[in-house]
Amino acid sequence: MKNRRDRLIAVLVITPSVILLGIFVYWFIWRTFYISMTDWGKEAPLAVRPVIRFVGLQNYKELFSGILNGRFRQDLVNTFFFTVLFVSGSLGLGLLLAILLDREPRGEGFFRTLFLFPMSLSFIITGTIWRWLLAPRGGINVLPKLFGLPPFKFEWTSSRTQIFSFNWQDLPRLTALVVAAVLAYLTWRAVRKGRPQRAIVPGLCTAGVVAWYVWGSQLVPPALPYPEIHGFNLAIVGIIIAAIWQFSGYTMALYLAGLRGIPTEVREAARIDGCNELQLYRRVALPMLKPITLSAVIILGHISLKTFDLVFAMTGPDHASTDMPSVLMFVKTFRGNQFAEGAGIAVVLFILVAMVVIPYLAWSLRERSSL
Amino acid sequence: MRKIVTAVVVVLSLGGLVWAQGSLSGELEIFSWWAGDEGVALQALIDLYESLYPGVQVINATVAGGAGINAKAVLKTRMLGGNPPDSFQVHAGQELIGTWVIAHRMEDLTWLFQQEGWLDAFPSGLIDLISTEEGIWSVPLNIHRSNVLWYIPENLEKWGVQVPATWEEFLQIAPVLQEKGVIPLALGRNWTASHLWESVALSVLGPDGWEALWKGELSFTDPKVIEVWDLFGRILEYTNEDAPSLSWQQAVDMVVNGTAAFNVMGDWAAGYMFATLGLEPGVDFGWTPSPGTAGIFMMLSDSFGLPVGAPHRDNAIAWLKVVGSREGQDTFNPLKGSIAARVDSDLTKYNTYLQSAAADWRSNTIVGSLVHGVVANERFMDGFATVMEIFLAGRNSQQAAMAAEAIAIQSGIAK
Repeated sequence: MKNRRDRLIAVLVITPSVILLGIFVYWFIWRTFYISMTDWGKEAPLAVRPVIRFVGLQNYKELFSGILNGRFRQDLVNTFFFTVLFVSGSLGLGLLLAILLDREPRGEGFFRTLFLFPMSLSFIITGTIWRWLLAPRGGINVLPKLFGLPPFKFEWTSSRTQIFSFNWQDLPRLTALVVAAVLAYLTWRAVRKGRPQRAIVPGLCTAGVVAWYVWGSQLVPPALPYPEIHGFNLAIVGIIIAAIWQFSGYTMALYLAGLRGIPTEVREAARIDGCNELQLYRRVALPMLKPITLSAVIILGHISLKTFDLVFAMTGPDHASTDMPSVLMFVKTFRGNQFAEGAGIAVVLFILVAMVVIPYLAWSLRERSSL
Repeated sequence: MRKIVTAVVVVLSLGGLVWAQGSLSGELEIFSWWAGDEGVALQALIDLYESLYPGVQVINATVAGGAGINAKAVLKTRMLGGNPPDSFQVHAGQELIGTWVIAHRMEDLTWLFQQEGWLDAFPSGLIDLISTEEGIWSVPLNIHRSNVLWYIPENLEKWGVQVPATWEEFLQIAPVLQEKGVIPLALGRNWTASHLWESVALSVLGPDGWEALWKGELSFTDPKVIEVWDLFGRILEYTNEDAPSLSWQQAVDMVVNGTAAFNVMGDWAAGYMFATLGLEPGVDFGWTPSPGTAGIFMMLSDSFGLPVGAPHRDNAIAWLKVVGSREGQDTFNPLKGSIAARVDSDLTKYNTYLQSAAADWRSNTIVGSLVHGVVANERFMDGFATVMEIFLAGRNSQQAAMAAEAIAIQSGIAK
């Protein structure tokens, strides 16, 4: 009896938030999906009852292969490089700071607060500060003048130099190469571990992908009539520096908590076994910090995919070299009145973030249920 | 007895007048992106309104930043959500017509123009820009000029160069300036490049070609338009490399402090140099129509309209009357650094630059600006920012022209 009453109360208590979540999160997500499959933005998009027709995947086709949406594709490339460098940079610097503080230097508390401080700023403030610092005619570039040296010539976010350039049309082939490499590694590992029967499936897959790369990929017609070159814009480095400055303190805090959580006995044992300090961190501490690294990657990863304010504050709405899908979504939707295409970009971002977050959720749920 | 009656009548009618004005009460929400230096001008206009209608509480709903992009985003979400402000700032031309009028979000103001006698007070070309066949849709408050070349006379003398009358002349003196370590033309981020482009395009195409472009009679892939991009590319060779990180004020600063020789910017630059930097127009800084556009006035205008469903409609109409009045315009514009949209403004209230602009406004050929919402709808304007990035990165005229044409087709400008 009591059990049933408890359950009833539980349901009653949870219902309001479920309803609110249902409306304000899931219904809105669905609505964005729906809008992205319409042509809202064609005629009088801001009318009280705009004419909206269902067009299926037309907007996505336009985004990924339309002549005018090269900017969106470069934005995806920008996001990729930004995410990789920002996440690894924050993790690396955060870990370094954590290890330094773990040595319990004088004034540890002071430095801990100091390193964490940037976290408390909003991205708009960080962006504005770093826009000034990275101005080609001022800020960091004129620092050497203090010592009587000539100023730096870095262009920072104004740079239009692109490295690692590739043809967007080669993307399927490049992906195939990466997939083949991963599969080949799996095959090689299975063989090395002495389980040749486990190598059959990845081995065959590798052969298949390579075969497609060599013969099949020629059969795919090009999506665009001309090569479209994208690559890593050096201008993004400026944005990455600002983002790392803001978030490395946060990863430091995570790592420091992790390091402090490692029992003294473990460290002592390692030392007795003849570990030097470097080996201690490399062989003992780091493996034990794996869950923290994973959470940090997830948190930073989804933040970086959604980056908007930092870019908007540092380089404005229209600097293609540092542009991100979220900025393009904003200007397309609210300046160009292209609500459907804007929703399409939002959905692409949503899927990218989901690709990062969902495996993590699955993993952590499994972890918890196995406890 | 008779005198008393007359006196009573006079007092009553006077009181009635005062009462009629004072009878307005409640709130009035004015939506704009005027903050900072421009906010002062808006505040002066609001003060004037409040002195006329003391019963009304004015809410100044300014959304600052991003040259209006933030404000427009907020405005659009408010309008879509059915929560319009009482009156909002909007550029006269396609930004008004192509976004709000075709969406049936504005009230026709023809009756107000007739009642206030504004059909004669404003130039007919300007009224055309805010009208469709169905009506007149907003009240223009000011006029800015887009095609102006700014310089410091003293510096030019020092460097021994003349003010160029054409871009060819500019291209001849630019290497001379460069040799002296001076940047010939200061440039800021993306939209200022588009701003320069519209002046260059006007010089190549002329007023008729420019109009033809927006009527869809001249294709963006026409050799003449590709020539615009070629010339624009040659001019860009003489601009600063850090342009993407500079605001328009910083580009003007470069001219003022002698790092650069010239800058093409709208005449809010005069307001900035006059009011913020404290320079004397005509003495400390000089101006001329941008090269190759003498006798042509490329205009833009801020206006206020009456959205359908404005919560305080009567107060908003009173606001529009202030906006369109001679007193209102002459209160706002000298502070904003623009000229009045009305043709009968009191020029003694304006500084030297604005007086010269007003004289040009009354005598020149008038064309509309692209970057500031007059000639093309917002879809095209948004796409053009991307076209500009394509060109700035690749410097390929053919490619930029094709992209512009594609956008013109999408946005219904090209046929």
